[in-house]
Order: sequence, then structure tokens, then C-alpha cells
Amino acid sequence: MVFKRSILLPLLVFLTAALVLLVTLLLMLPGPNSSGTASRVPIGGPFQLTDQNGKPFSSESLKGKPFALFFGFTHCPEVCPTTLYDLTQDLEALGKDADRMNVVFVTVDPEQDTPELMKTYLSSFDPRIIGLTGTPDEIAAAAKAYRVYYKKVPTEYGYTMDHTATIFLMDGKGDFSGASNFQEAQDIRREKLRKLVKNG
Amino acid sequence: MKPTFSTPFLAAAALMLAVSPSFAQSSASPAPIKAGALTIEQPWSRATPAGAQVGGGYLRITNTGKEPDRLTGGSAPVASRIEVHQMSMVDNVMRMKPVDGGLEIKPGETVELKPGGYHLMFMDLKEPLKDGETVNGTLVFEKAGSVAVDFAVRGMGQGGGQNMGHGAAPAPMQHKH
Repeated sequence: MVFKRSILLPLLVFLTAALVLLVTLLLMLPGPNSSGTASRVPIGGPFQLTDQNGKPFSSESLKGKPFALFFGFTHCPEVCPTTLYDLTQDLEALGKDADRMNVVFVTVDPEQDTPELMKTYLSSFDPRIIGLTGTPDEIAAAAKAYRVYYKKVPTEYGYTMDHTATIFLMDGKGDFSGASNFQEAQDIRREKLRKLVKNG
Repeated sequence: MKPTFSTPFLAAAALMLAVSPSFAQSSASPAPIKAGALTIEQPWSRATPAGAQVGGGYLRITNTGKEPDRLTGGSAPVASRIEVHQMSMVDNVMRMKPVDGGLEIKPGETVELKPGGYHLMFMDLKEPLKDGETVNGTLVFEKAGSVAVDFAVRGMGQGGGQNMGHGAAPAPMQHKH
């Protein structure tokens, strides 16, 4: 058992890396436009978290509408506010279509990101954006479901976080449909969101 | 009486306007700051969301001297301190770490602190940074000492990643290659 435990972490790291590679390859391929025959990519899954109003929020609440979900934290100078800003602009650009999808921001720093702070932070962005936090275990489970990496990095006075910056584009069944990130050009990202809404 | 200028004079003046960065950027960007052997240009920051505890700071530092210098951090009334951090994106993972021992600026080199790379971090913000405001700060260098720097706060959509598609006016950055 001791031996097994010692290989568990390297194995997990390897599997995660392999999965990231697989997803990257899948994304690079032309793709059969979700015509039903494409096999499901094992990204995403059920989670139980708490929203910015302090109410329980489960992945069940997202069923029926496609959604864009990403992980971040409020003590983040660039990627997280930029992503939230971009998605706010996108929702505006989508017009009525914006109501046919959800945007979800999940913190990887549950220690500092209380529902109250999430609510204050998100008040600077589109009010439709859902902010989720939870116990460290709940966050870890959600991150695992999305194959998301995150890690505390100590600094002189506190800590900061490394984290996967992918925006996961999930369909109405909660299945992985595509990905974007804050470095992608606005028009490409918007086209992906439009397609996500259209495909439902 | 209208003053008269010779054609060569006018041509020279036009050329100066065309090539001089301080003219080209007009009031949008203040004159470079000189501190010992260092020249600091275009310090800016980005507006922060409500409740945000940190903000980014960006600028360009040129070392015109013969000795290396190091940017070790700084202070600002709006924050508890300024730290120097490095961000990187590898395989979609955003990594952030403090620059231990300060950021070296070698003689004759220009170091750019910009989104996605080395940057300043305003820590424990006392209030959000607002678009259009100016944030006063003091940067500390090993050799050049303390240097007062005013950061122009730009909109939240400024300078994230390679996002060139933003509708907002592009950052008035010069790119000399």
C-alpha cells in the first residue's frame, strides 16, 4: 500500500498531463461538430458549492443551458479580472442569446474568497455571472472534475495561486464542448460562445 | 507680422514631431522619469474590481549606466506595499511568483514590466483603482534608490494577454523592434 501511495501522485500528474494533451489534440482537430457520434470528453461533472449569495449551488442548477466556467481567485491581478471583464463584454455582445447560457466563476482560493467577497468582486461585472466558493474539499472536488490544476504559492507576506486559466465551454447536458482562455482573440471567443448557445 | 520659417526648419520640426515619443504621446503619457542611470517610462495600472485586494503595475525601465541595478519593490499610499512578481502561462496554467532578490536591470538593457510577464503588484489595496485616476507610488532600486512614480490607471480591458480585439482604445504603448 505504501508503494501504491507513493506512485499515486506521479501517476495523477502523468494522467492529468496526458489528458491535457488529449484535449489539446481534440481541440486542434477539425472536429465533427457535435453531431452525436463524438465521444464525450471526460471534463466536467457534478459539484456542490456555494454561490455569492451564500446559497448552496449544485451543478444540477446549470442543467438545460450551456455554460462557460472557469477557475480563478479574487487576489489575482490580471487573468481573473480580465476574463471576467471579457465575458461581461461577451454577454453584452450576445444580446438576448446571453440569457440562453450561464457564466460561472469558481474560486480556487476558498480560504479568502468568501461568498461576501465574491459578491462584492462580481458587482463590477455582469450581474448574471455566478460566483462559486465552498469548503476546500468541495473546491478540490470541483477542480478535479474539470481537471483543473491549482496550487498555493507562498510569498513574503502571504500567498498567491497558480491555476489553470482555461474557460471551459460546456453544453446543456454539462458535457465538455470546447475551451477558450483570456489570451484568445475576442472575435474567436465570441464565435465559440455563439456556437455554444446555438448548439444548446 | 507672421513669423516666417525656412523650409528646412519646418521639415526638421515635422520630423521631430514624428519621431519624438514625448510629442507623439502628447498628454496621454508623461515624460520619462530619470533616476540616476535609470529611465522609467509609461507607468500604468489597471482598474480593479470592487473588493479586489491586489492590482497590477506596469512600466518600462532602461538602464543607461554601466552597473546593473535591481528593482526590489516599493510602496504606495493606496496599498500596503508594492511587490515585484512574475507571471507565466504554460499549458493554460497561469503561474505567479514573487521575484526573489529583485528584478535585475542590466546595463544597457530595457526591462518591460507588462501583462503576462514581470509586473508590479499593489498589495492589500485600500480602495479599488479607478480608470482615469493616477496612483502615486515609490519604487525602490538597489542603486538608484527610491523613485517616485505616478501610475496612470487604465480600463479593465487593457492589455490582457494577446487580446487585440478589444473595442477600447489600445494602450499607447510603443513597440520599437
